[in-house]
Amino acid sequence: MRVTAGGLYFMEVFVQQVINGITIGSLYGLIAIGYTMVFGIIGMVNFAHGDVFMVSAFFALIFLLLLTSWFGIASVTLALILVMVISMVLTGLLVWAIERIAYAPLRGSFRLAPLISAIGMSIVLSNFVQVAQGPRNKPIPPVTREVYTLWQGPTGYPVNISLKQIIIWVVTALLLAAFWYVVQKTALGRAQRACEQDRKMASLLGVNVDRTISLTFVIGAALAAVAGTLFLMYYGVVVFSDGFTPGVKAFTAAVLGGIGSLPGAVLGGLLIGLIETLWGQYVSADYQNVAAFSILVIVLIFMPQGLLGRPEVEKV
Amino acid sequence: MTEAAKPLLTVRGVRTYYGNIIALKGVDVDVAQGEIVTLIGANGAGKSTLMMTICGNPRARDGSIVYDGQDITRLPTHDIARLRIAQSPEGRRIFPRMTVLENLQMGASIDNLEFFDTDIQYMFDLFPRLKERLHQRGGTLSGGEQQMLAIARALMARPKLLMLDEPSLGLAPLIVKQIFDAIRELNRRDGLTVFLVEQNAFHALKLAHRGYVMVNGVITMSGSGRELLENPEVRAAYLEGGAH
Repeated sequence: MRVTAGGLYFMEVFVQQVINGITIGSLYGLIAIGYTMVFGIIGMVNFAHGDVFMVSAFFALIFLLLLTSWFGIASVTLALILVMVISMVLTGLLVWAIERIAYAPLRGSFRLAPLISAIGMSIVLSNFVQVAQGPRNKPIPPVTREVYTLWQGPTGYPVNISLKQIIIWVVTALLLAAFWYVVQKTALGRAQRACEQDRKMASLLGVNVDRTISLTFVIGAALAAVAGTLFLMYYGVVVFSDGFTPGVKAFTAAVLGGIGSLPGAVLGGLLIGLIETLWGQYVSADYQNVAAFSILVIVLIFMPQGLLGRPEVEKV
Repeated sequence: MTEAAKPLLTVRGVRTYYGNIIALKGVDVDVAQGEIVTLIGANGAGKSTLMMTICGNPRARDGSIVYDGQDITRLPTHDIARLRIAQSPEGRRIFPRMTVLENLQMGASIDNLEFFDTDIQYMFDLFPRLKERLHQRGGTLSGGEQQMLAIARALMARPKLLMLDEPSLGLAPLIVKQIFDAIRELNRRDGLTVFLVEQNAFHALKLAHRGYVMVNGVITMSGSGRELLENPEVRAAYLEGGAH
């Protein structure tokens, strides 16, 4: 078992890559929820969502530098939590404005209109950040370098998990639990689901549909902002073009999981994360993105409803 | 009900269009507090359109709708709902992927969750079937059960005006009787005002204090339930050969 097609240390390498895959997959999952919720409620793919994620990482960058250098907050944990909350709020406001300006006026227009508007918004966001923040990688000082060795194989190859990875896992799990509770158990979540299933009926029951749609965008943005902050912490750099690839991968995750399905988005995110890291390890690191996007194509052709999506037909 | 009763809903000269097609060609309807008023008419006469127009979707292009002394013609649908106009609409529109309980919670979502436990108990008394199905998804219910749920959901809003669109549609006679008995009981006990659209004219006119007949987007006749039941034209058009 030790020496197999994977080379030496097969087991250790595999476990290590699974840990890495779940980490990056958690981020995809957080972003994917924004795609899937917006699609669920207004049937629109919000192409600007990836760039919203990127902008949120810049919010996090700016405030992390402000807090640590100007205000001299020494505690990394405190700084991180503060930065995450600030980024969630600012990103939420930004997306609320985007929705009001670029999407809401097009409601009731032909289906392609908001889609085109979203692509426009995506370009505006990434180009604005390129101009405002410059085209180069923006680094932050490493938040933490803590690494724990889970175990060491007899050959000495260590399986590691870094504190950063643990933070990502824990934050994602907590956030998803809270989010799940809101959607399933609160009046707000019920109104959100009602609008998703039948907007006209929801309004007949006193639900302000427009506000619920705005709120859906804002919730998706807040989750993307958490992903953005964690992304920045994990990689230590962010650049204006960082919205695109994670954005499309998260969209792939949403489609793979079944667009419109919340557990599907998380599952899809984790799967995409795992597939791309394992592909990078065992097949070719150069073709990592190709693997991820091939899944999008394959799923769209053979399984358009995704893993946990529901079939289009419904008993009425 | 006495003729001098306080008006709750006053519809005057309402015209509604779907695109360029006119659906309501100037409709006048009055519903007084505590009344059961029915609107009968053939398929496509505009009955459901009137009901939806009262709720602001589609919006009336001309005319006025006054409810409880307030002009609601231009009010957004959700604000109209908050004035406690509850509707069980055409097609029932149960939320298919929500449980029966969640559907009822949606009905009560306006601001009376504090009455939820007493109100839902009352719904179980009215429709015991809903209690058995409480945690089942709305989309898996039978047509009759969905109809009961739609009415119960509307009632959970503690409405001042209950609007029911074809509550008897596609239901077994026994269940129709049960639903109509429930409406009568609510009206008698709580003084609930009911505006009822029906194709099942016989039952509707027997239940209602007053009725209107709609043909092609116009009200052609009105009168007490009994008058309309005995009217030869109504009999010929809507009752003969119908379900008695």
